[in-house]
Amino acid sequence: MNDSDDIVKEFLVESHENLDRLDRDLVDLEKHPSDKEILASIFRTIHTIKGTSGFLGFGKLEAVTHVGESLLARLRDGQLSLHPELTTALLAMVDAVRQMLARIEEAGNEGERDDQKLIATLTRLGQSASPPPTPAPEASSRAHLEPPLPESSPVELPPETATPIPLDVSAAKGPVQELPRTVVELSSEPPAKPPEPPEASSPQPAAGQSASESTIRVDVGLLDQLMNLVGELVLARNQILQFTKHTEETGLVTAGQRLNLIASELQENVMKTRMQPIGNVWGRFPRTVRDVALACGKQVRIQMQGQETELDKTLIEAIKDPMTHLVRNAVDHGVESPDARRSAGKDPVGVLQLRAFHEGGQVNIEISDDGSGLNLAKVAQKAVQKGLISADQAARLSEREAANLVFLPGLSTAEKVTNVSGRGVGMDVVKTNIERIGGTVDLQSTPGKGTSVKIKIPLTLAIVPALMVTSAGERYAIPQVSLLELVGLDGEQARKGVEMIHGVPVYRLRGRLLPLVYLKQVLKTGPPESAVADDAPTLPEGGFERVNIVVLQADGRKFGLVVDEISDTEEIVVKPLGRHLKQISVYAGATIMGDGKVALIMDVLGLAQSSSIVAETHERARAEQEQARADGAEVQKLVLFSGRSGSRMAVPLSMLARLENIPGADVERSGNQWVTQYRGQILRLIRISHALEERRNLPDSNDILTLPTSANLQVLVLEDQGRSFGLVVNQILDIVESGSGPQSAPTRSGVLYSSVIAERVTELLDVAAILATGEPYEPIPARAASAARS
Amino acid sequence: MSETRQFCSFYLDHLLFGIESQKIQEVVAYRELRPVPLAPASVSGLMNLRGQVVVALELRRQLELAERPAAVVPVCLIVRAELGTVCLLADEVGNVLEVEEETFEPAPETLSPRLRSVILGVHKLEGQLMHVLDTDRACAIHAASLAAAG
Repeated sequence: MNDSDDIVKEFLVESHENLDRLDRDLVDLEKHPSDKEILASIFRTIHTIKGTSGFLGFGKLEAVTHVGESLLARLRDGQLSLHPELTTALLAMVDAVRQMLARIEEAGNEGERDDQKLIATLTRLGQSASPPPTPAPEASSRAHLEPPLPESSPVELPPETATPIPLDVSAAKGPVQELPRTVVELSSEPPAKPPEPPEASSPQPAAGQSASESTIRVDVGLLDQLMNLVGELVLARNQILQFTKHTEETGLVTAGQRLNLIASELQENVMKTRMQPIGNVWGRFPRTVRDVALACGKQVRIQMQGQETELDKTLIEAIKDPMTHLVRNAVDHGVESPDARRSAGKDPVGVLQLRAFHEGGQVNIEISDDGSGLNLAKVAQKAVQKGLISADQAARLSEREAANLVFLPGLSTAEKVTNVSGRGVGMDVVKTNIERIGGTVDLQSTPGKGTSVKIKIPLTLAIVPALMVTSAGERYAIPQVSLLELVGLDGEQARKGVEMIHGVPVYRLRGRLLPLVYLKQVLKTGPPESAVADDAPTLPEGGFERVNIVVLQADGRKFGLVVDEISDTEEIVVKPLGRHLKQISVYAGATIMGDGKVALIMDVLGLAQSSSIVAETHERARAEQEQARADGAEVQKLVLFSGRSGSRMAVPLSMLARLENIPGADVERSGNQWVTQYRGQILRLIRISHALEERRNLPDSNDILTLPTSANLQVLVLEDQGRSFGLVVNQILDIVESGSGPQSAPTRSGVLYSSVIAERVTELLDVAAILATGEPYEPIPARAASAARS
Repeated sequence: MSETRQFCSFYLDHLLFGIESQKIQEVVAYRELRPVPLAPASVSGLMNLRGQVVVALELRRQLELAERPAAVVPVCLIVRAELGTVCLLADEVGNVLEVEEETFEPAPETLSPRLRSVILGVHKLEGQLMHVLDTDRACAIHAASLAAAG
């Protein structure tokens, strides 16, 4: 009893695999109807299933596969040529087989079902066989040759087809009559067939599986357990290595080293057992694409690249559904109908491209179609209609933001709801599913050119290299994937390096502002540093001995995480946190360290999101950057800063030589100007408040001449045509990219135009004009005016 | 002949509690826990249970009882619950008790609502009452404390 159960189980597993291949093969065959190899493979698969189901006594399954096989035999022999109806019928057969197998798996029998209709269709197609134009003459010509041919190889023939025949008799009458013809056909081209007979003639499929002899099936649960044990072993090894450090005994030391090597290798190899090529998931997509395309009257070709890209089994499982959804969506919504494509000057056959590759320890998957792209205006309009965003927000959306609206729950732009997609569920699920496994999704769409969805997921969830840091006396692991660099500030630097913008700590990393996040503060394990700070550049918590900044990148946004201590990088075994703590977004999991203690693994994306400053400033900058790129406009990088009254101004980054912090004491007076000694030269300093004509607050001469009282001046060292000068500003805010936003006329001299940058009206300064105003012998109008008055 | 059930008994704030013994995987000595910042108050920390990371819940907080005096070292009951393996911290572990079904009575209405949601009822034993815990609920985090944790 148990034995036969095992056989059935094996049969099921094997058949499921075979069916997946069958789907793929049939779709392939439709594209290359004359490919004998594919046909032979299909034939073998069906034959195998039929043989086993007969052997195991699944009569219905056998009956269905039998007619299918007969039909395939005729196809193989060129008596029939493939047409869509035939493919559909064959696929329907595959589905029926799949259903029966599912039923067998659940209930142990094929269930009550009536496949007469399917059998009749298959039989009809096999018989009526309106022999298609091309193969027909061939077939008939062969038929004429019939008498002389059998002599050539009559002995070989019977074994080839003999097995199917006796099994057939009960099932259908049609095919049996055809068989003699088949026999003749086979004999006419023996050279093409040799690889087949051994399999075709073996009644038991198990005997034919030579390829699988080098592999065995292993329960995934067992692998997981193995994985855990190896993790344990690695920990034990680490402890032993600690001991061997303090011993003189060479025998123990060598044994320890060997153990070290073996454990590492074992760990690596156990990891590998869990890796699977992504092609395993993609295998069924040709079928999906075909079905969906047929259902919506479209023609789509699928292209795959990088099927061999491997990733962890659990991840493969996790991306299966999201990917299927994206593929269906691309065909249903992305690719246009053949007519529409023709009139748009495109190939009527759409192309769906799947691409996978490894990059930076992550797996990148791209699903792109060459369809019409998203109608962004419509997406935004729909989102407003559904109340997902306000009309105001919609108006300010960048193209990229609008495209990514489709990931909001409840949004669908499909004109009509089809049975394939368009019900407004799905894209949000896709996003959450992918984010759940630590991945990211990004959608880009070009009107008329197509849509591309990029998915990035980690290679494995099990073992990751991570940086160990300490905060408030506890250790945390930060996955190396998101790590960019480490910055350590000592003494003077530590006190001055961290500045404040509206209460948000920042650090100038090579002239670019890096928002800082204090781990203690995020985790609420330390005093809230930023509470001290106001608008003024105050130091957080009056001076640290040392500031350790871990520069991280999450979803394209950079930020610095301030921790107490930075230790080493280590390979850590990721353990799930359990459902109790899942909702805390800043943790990705936990791990057990070499000393047996538990450490928490930070989720960098969660960290970035929980400290909203990062999300706001950088997302915006990024969105703008993308928008500018999408618009094809000239992208100009701008340094954003605020003047004395808090108004926003910007200068082109191309003119910026450096950002400097100049101590007020270093400023000297030269004539009516501020100057400072800078890199062996005299640098003129121009105060932004003076350079621009301000009608109400004309600076009086005293103001011009008094030396600065503040400890530090934030200075942009600008260069224009070989001349450099320092522009003293109130606050340096950010560096942004700006495209061709709406521009208004200048409000005062020294200003090129005003534009909306980072959602605020910003004046773009005319550097040349400002520089001109500072020329020694041409006093600026404002100054001249004030001088005249005094 | 009435049915009997087996309970693993333990004490919390001098009260006797019981969890069905087949739900208890093991009882281990208290060891250092890794605190989890931002976690709900009843999460005491994470424990390394032979390579498995297990969440430790403070049963006293789960049941809204008084805090355990610092001098009392808790014991760890490793429980197989709906949410996976969980470690419950109790004051002291008692005997495995075989009780008869008929001594059971549902929890009185007057019990605090929180207690009533976690306690199935009591077994009237000689000289004392044993509170029967609803294991899955005792191992789940109370919605209110979740909300508080933000």
